[in-house]
Formats: sequence, C-alpha cells, structure tokens
Amino acid sequence: MLDIRNLHASVEGHEILRGLNLKIGPGEVHSIMGPNGSGKSTLAQVLAGRDTYQVTAGEVLYQGRNLLEMEPDERACAGVFLAFQYPVEIPGVNMSHFLRAAVNAVRKSRGEEELDAVDFLELARARTEIVGLDERFLGRSVNEGFSGGEKKRNEVYQMAVLEPTLAVLDETDSGLDIDALRIVAQGVNRLRQADRSFLVVTHYQRLLNYIVPDFVHVLVDGRIVKSGDKSLALHLEEQGYAWLEKETGGEVTAGV
Amino acid sequence: MIDTKDSTDRYQASFQQRETALSAAGQAWFLPTRQAAMSRFGELGFPTTRHEEWQHTSVAPIARTAFQHAAGVDAAVSPADVQRLALPGGTSARLVFVNGWYAPRLSDLGDLPAGVRVGSLDETAGRDPALLEPHLARHAAFDDHAFVALNTALMQDGGLVYVPRHTVVERPVELLFIATPGAEPRAIHPRNLVLVDADSQVTLVETHATVTPGDGAAYFNNPVTEIVAGDNSVVDHYKVVREAAAAFHVGTLQVHQFRSSNVSAHVVSAGGTLVRNDINALLDDEGGECNLYGLYLIGGEQHVDNHLRVEHARPHCDSREFFKGVLDGRARGAFTGRIVVHPDAQKTDAKQSNMSLLLSPHAQVDSKPQLEIFADDVKCTHGATIGQIDDEAIFYLRARGIGEAAARSLLIQAFAREALAGVRIEPLRRRLEELVLARLPEANLLQETA
Repeated sequence: MLDIRNLHASVEGHEILRGLNLKIGPGEVHSIMGPNGSGKSTLAQVLAGRDTYQVTAGEVLYQGRNLLEMEPDERACAGVFLAFQYPVEIPGVNMSHFLRAAVNAVRKSRGEEELDAVDFLELARARTEIVGLDERFLGRSVNEGFSGGEKKRNEVYQMAVLEPTLAVLDETDSGLDIDALRIVAQGVNRLRQADRSFLVVTHYQRLLNYIVPDFVHVLVDGRIVKSGDKSLALHLEEQGYAWLEKETGGEVTAGV
Repeated sequence: MIDTKDSTDRYQASFQQRETALSAAGQAWFLPTRQAAMSRFGELGFPTTRHEEWQHTSVAPIARTAFQHAAGVDAAVSPADVQRLALPGGTSARLVFVNGWYAPRLSDLGDLPAGVRVGSLDETAGRDPALLEPHLARHAAFDDHAFVALNTALMQDGGLVYVPRHTVVERPVELLFIATPGAEPRAIHPRNLVLVDADSQVTLVETHATVTPGDGAAYFNNPVTEIVAGDNSVVDHYKVVREAAAAFHVGTLQVHQFRSSNVSAHVVSAGGTLVRNDINALLDDEGGECNLYGLYLIGGEQHVDNHLRVEHARPHCDSREFFKGVLDGRARGAFTGRIVVHPDAQKTDAKQSNMSLLLSPHAQVDSKPQLEIFADDVKCTHGATIGQIDDEAIFYLRARGIGEAAARSLLIQAFAREALAGVRIEPLRRRLEELVLARLPEANLLQETA
C-alpha cells in the first residue's frame, strides 16, 4: 500500500525528516508518536503534497506509484486523504458546494459519472451520522466559525464521504474533549476495512485507547527510532520519550 | 497631450445638429439647460489625471476618438437578442433602447399598477414637461462633471419611471440598453429619470450590454440616471455593465433621498475596456438609508473605477458601501469613497468597505476613502483590503481532490458572491453569479447543489 524509503525533507533549508522508513500494508492501522518537533506533521504534509516542504532524498511508493511525483489533487483522487491538524477556514464556500466539487473531482478521475445534486445530497446527508454532525452544517461555510471539535469531526466526515484508501490523520485528537474524541475515534473505526489503511499521527497515547493500532512507531529527530505493537504506546505513556532519545542517541533506526 | 478644443468641438457640432429637431419635438423648454450644459462641457473639457476626481482614470482614449452621435434605432437587434440579454424571470415592464434610442418593438410595457408611468423619457419630455421639469437635470449636477454635462447637452432617450404615492411595483422594471457595432465609433448618451413618491416601492434593473461582446469596435456609452426617492419610499437599483470588450462606459447614478427613504444600488461591472461608475447619493432628510454595493471582475488591460460620494445632509441617516473587485492580468481598479457629513447631520452612521483580490502580480488597485466630517456625534468607519488567493485554502481544496484551477475558481467565486448577497431579485442574482462563473475556469465543478 505505502512504502516510504529513506525519506528526507526540509523546510526553508532546515532538514526535518532525516531518512524515514515505513511500510504500511492494506487494512493496517499504524500510529506514529513522537515529541514536539520530531517531524510527525511534516510527514503528514509531505504525504499530502504540501509544497512548502522540499523532499531532498528518498522515495514514497503508493500502490506502486511514485507518490512524490503526483500533484496534491492527484494524490487525493488516487485515494490519499489527509485529516488536517489545523483545518482551513474558507469563508463563502459552503460545505455541500465544496464537498460535491471534491466528490465529483474524485469520481471524474476514476472515470465514474459525476453525482447530480440530488444523489450527492443523499450521500452527504447519510454520512453525517458517522460523526454525529447535524446535516444543517452542510449549509455553512467550510470550517468557518466551527469549534475545534467540529473542525476535527468535519475532517473525519470528509473522509467518510471521500472513502480514501490511505487516510493520514494528523493529530486529529489534539484539543478534543473526551466525548469528541470518542466520536472521532468511532468514526474512524467504522471506516476501517480490509482495503483501507490508516496512518494515525498523534502526540498523546489517549487516542490509541479508542483506535487500536496494529503498529506503533516512535519518531524522533526525523527518523523512526522504535517500532512495536500497541504496548509500545502504553510504555511511552508511562516513560515519556526521554529513554528512547537516550537509548538511540538520536542515531539508531530501529526496524519493525 | 490632448487637444481639448478639438475633442469638445466634435460634440458641439452634434449638439447644433440636434437643436432644431428638439424644438420641433416640443422640448424647447429644456433647450436652455442643454445649452448651458453644452457650454459648460466646452469650458471643462475632458478631465485629465491631474483632476483630483480622475486621478486614477485616464479618459484620453475617449477624448481622442472621433465618436459619432448615434443616429436612429439600429434594426440589427432582434427579439432573440433581447431575450438573451434580458432579465430572466418576470418583469413588470421592459424598456429596450438600442444605441440610446427607444425601441418600442422590442419593449414590453407589461402590466403596471394604476398611476405608474414607465416609458420613453424623450417622448415624455415632449408631451408632459410638467412632470419632468422640476427634476430632469436638477439632481445630477453638470457644473463640475464633464461627462454629466455632455450627457445633459446631448441626452438621447432612456427610461422615465414615475411611481405615485402608496404604490408598490412588485416586479422589477427593466431598462435594457443595447449597443450595436457600427462602421464609425458611436457615442451614446442614455438618460433615465426615476421619480418615486412617498410610501412607494420600485426596483429597477439597468443593463448596458451589446449584441457582440467580443467585437473589437469601440463605442462610448455615457449614461446618467437620476433617482428621486420620496418620503418613506424604497428603491432598489441594479446596474449591470456588460459592454463590448473595446467599449468605454462612463456612467453616473445620482440619488436624492428624502425622509426615511431606503435606497440600495448595486453596480456589477463585467465588460468594457474602461468603466467608470460615479454613484452619488444625497441623504437630504432624517432617517434615510442608503446601501451601495459593487462588484467587478476584470482582466487583460481592463480598467474599472468606482467613484462614490455619499452626502449626509441631515441627522439619523445610515449609509453602507460594500465594494469588491477581482483583478487579473494587467487590469487596474480604482475605488474612491467620499463620505461627507454636514454639520447638521448628527447620528450619522456610515460604513465603507472595499476589498480587492489580485490574481496577478501585474494587476493594480488604488483604494481611497475620503471622510469629510463636520458633525461631532457620528459613526463613520472604513476599511480597505487588497489580497491574494490564500495558498493554505488552495492546498486544503487540492488535498480533497479539487484541481488547482477549480480550487482557485472556487475561492474567487466565494469572494465575489459576497458582494451579490444583497441582490434581492433571485433570477438576477443567479444571472450575476453565472456572469462571475463564466469568467472562471473549471466552472462546471462549481455549480450550486441546492
């Protein structure tokens, strides 16, 4: 599904990812944890194609294709979805208008017929239930005036409508109260299926009580320094990251 | 350097040719005004950019072109053209003018409430001077505005709309001005007069269009509209500028408001090489409300100048100005918003906002608020922003599969439509949104869902 090999990326000449390796198989849920500044969000943004980051070395294969050569919209049409850490407010563009444009862009790229207004609304309304959003929110401007929790739920909602193959969740849990966290996690769990993979980037172990990952990776200084199963997350919760930084000296790349 | 004398002489000649005919048509009563305006135009000449009110707009191309006075109605306009350009949905009356002359065969006087008069201003001037005499050319001053002077001297025809007391005209009155290309470049001077008595309501849609939008032939359209809004009246005015690509449009809207009247005016500029919209409102008694909205979308070498003057002469009046522009290519925009608050006009509440979106590094906007406040208990605010497309928003949209061109279009559309939110005629709002969409790539992805 996704194969990241020796990925190096920088922003404004400052290297953030320094040789990252990661393989994700179909249907797997991987979690990436790490301290502030370790490169978690950079990884998420690079996978989505944000051009403020420069990839200086390495490659990323997605379903056998060179992901890094694809435009952000091509990646989305090919099934890559990024749930933004900070969803962007877009005044004047209402949710249904925006989502219909997105759904139809994806459908068009697959050679499918575009949805008309009626069919689209049926789909859009049906999916609101997954994250417990009132369907009236479809008439609001994208993220404008949304609370933090609404913004995150909106990200998961868009994922439910667009049905990606690879979903990258960038700190979708940050800033959520426990109720919102449960709703978001349940939304993700309902979308888990054999041919859909997840990369869950999180700062806190708490989310992983609700979204149980198959693999947990620890990112320090732009490299994965430790990988394991869900028990690694619990260990991190108790011990923090300091022991890892000591153990690896920030140099060693641990295999799975 | 423009030879001012030569450029004004041409119009003097047109004027002399018309004088005799006007007397014969029963318009002798108005001749002295025309003569005064003509001689004032001769004194003023065309303004240059040294003139403060014309600092950002050079009318040199108008001054140096030998425009011919538009002769009679051109038969080249068909009912199908009218159908295409006209306001969709119902109107209570539609007057069509071709090159500034009334075209009865293309017009529809519809079904109007008792006492309402909608018709040719020129015909009314011959038949009913008593109705026009107190108003015509008494609101739009020509002593310091060359183009208003020129229009007043050479005015051809346009709509006369009179709404008596206690009368609501439910559906809009449409004034459709259609220009046709000619062998010689034409000058067109349409003139509208709208008189709304107390407790009445009317909506006007004034469209300036052409049968051949992409045609390279230049013409010069110089319309003036005077609106008198009586006590407690409600008047909505929409001006849609869809001139041909090479056309010049210099228009004035002059509004005179009385007690507790409510006037809103929209101007949407989408076609023409040079468009100047002067919009002047005088709030002449207490409780008046004046809302002015504007939108333009231009590219290439197009130039749009919106020049507003709102005068608060009496207390307790509100005014709003909300103008937006989208500029691509080497287009230039200008906005001047002068708000004058007289010493007596306490409790004035005036708000002004001008926002521009630049799509190209070569586009340019000059935005100039001018507040002249001579009262001490007033609220006046103004704000101007000039921005570019938000890269973060583009990335967000692209990350959902929307291509770059469509993402840009979506954001431009969102920016523009805010200026159309106040359009109260649903079919017109849709038409204007289509005009916006037509200028954007990938528009098929952007159709509304509901």
